[in-house]
Amino acid sequence: MMNRREFCKKAMIVVGGIALPLAALEVFNPKRLQAEKEGRGKVRWAFLVDTQKCVGCGFCVKACKIENEIPYDANVTRTWVERYVITRDGTTHIDSPKGARDGFTTMKIDQNKEGMLDISSADIEKAFFVPKLCNQCDNPPCVQVCPVGATYQTADGVVLVDRTWCIGCGYCIMGCPYSVRFFHPVYHVAEKCNFCYHRISQGMKTACVDACPFGARRIGNLRDPDDPVTKIIMTERVNVLKEEYGTKPQVFYLGFSKEVK
Amino acid sequence: MKNHVWRPLFVALAIVGCILFARTLLVPRDFGAHERGYMYGWHRKSNEAEWKAVRVKYRTAKVCWGCHKDKYDAIRNSAHRSIGCENCHGPNYDHPKDPVGLIIDRTRSLCIRCHSLLPYTASDRGGIRGINPETHFPQAACVLCHIPHNPKPMNQKREAMS
Repeated sequence: MMNRREFCKKAMIVVGGIALPLAALEVFNPKRLQAEKEGRGKVRWAFLVDTQKCVGCGFCVKACKIENEIPYDANVTRTWVERYVITRDGTTHIDSPKGARDGFTTMKIDQNKEGMLDISSADIEKAFFVPKLCNQCDNPPCVQVCPVGATYQTADGVVLVDRTWCIGCGYCIMGCPYSVRFFHPVYHVAEKCNFCYHRISQGMKTACVDACPFGARRIGNLRDPDDPVTKIIMTERVNVLKEEYGTKPQVFYLGFSKEVK
Repeated sequence: MKNHVWRPLFVALAIVGCILFARTLLVPRDFGAHERGYMYGWHRKSNEAEWKAVRVKYRTAKVCWGCHKDKYDAIRNSAHRSIGCENCHGPNYDHPKDPVGLIIDRTRSLCIRCHSLLPYTASDRGGIRGINPETHFPQAACVLCHIPHNPKPMNQKREAMS
């Protein structure tokens, strides 16, 4: 028979044991502590988009598809340009035909199965273009949900997909709040913008940055205080997409408007 | 304890051993938590090198100017100087070895990417001179009248005279 005193003692031991977090049992790793202290490496890639400068020519989308071997006529793309047309009655029309691969060449808004909507210039309150690409988030939800370790973040902040390791479950495609992921029509695995990792890792700029004639897209290193892009991000009025999700996106926008989603 | 109690335990241990052995064969050696820790850095390290090895197709205008100095001189004072060569001439790859020649996109659809008139004053598109492609000589190629490397109206006239 157990008396009350003994019962209370044992109960406290059990509760204490359950409350002990798993992290407390983790073996001390000095290398990892060092790495965390020094801040992960000397490079952290970030992107800057100036929506005022974008004219919707779509050269970035064309260059991206060719550079990164995304089938040209398949309706998937790593980067795309959205058109926002806000009419005088307050409605916002958004379209991106073929991801703006061929640019925006008509006033008509592509409404998919509802056809084309012609808006006369007198009805337009304001209209502009917003290029979109992977935000290479500091807290990437797409990486957290991968059950096999096929998608991951490199030390310089770029989220990559291991094509040999991806099982095609599609969790990451659902998990991305920005809808930048899709299935590659040839490899049948998750695909996304990786800031042209093969270009930036050898000192080049991304294909979209090089293709943009207007300087609307720029890429830079956040860990370099003298980088012109970093200076703009630190000192000017930049904004990010869907900050409320807590993903810490690293694609910054100049000339943002409240209608942009 | 009796033998029949222990026997299932041995079977279970053998299964665990087989799984661990198969795991060492199937999981690459460089697979594990790397710089970004368990949550974001759990991956096969050699995949980073695979992505870095992707072939560069767009080699930028600087590479073009290395040989085509005359074209650089033709375009550098025009409003079109900010447009990279490869946007119209196609990606460089290993030109002039492979491909030997590049296919130039002279279609109307290329020019109207910027020059189809869209009066969007909230963006720089509203400031670009444009036409309505449905009414502005719809049958003609733009290059019949306009010189892409030096598109000032004066130059077109001079070209037509000569």
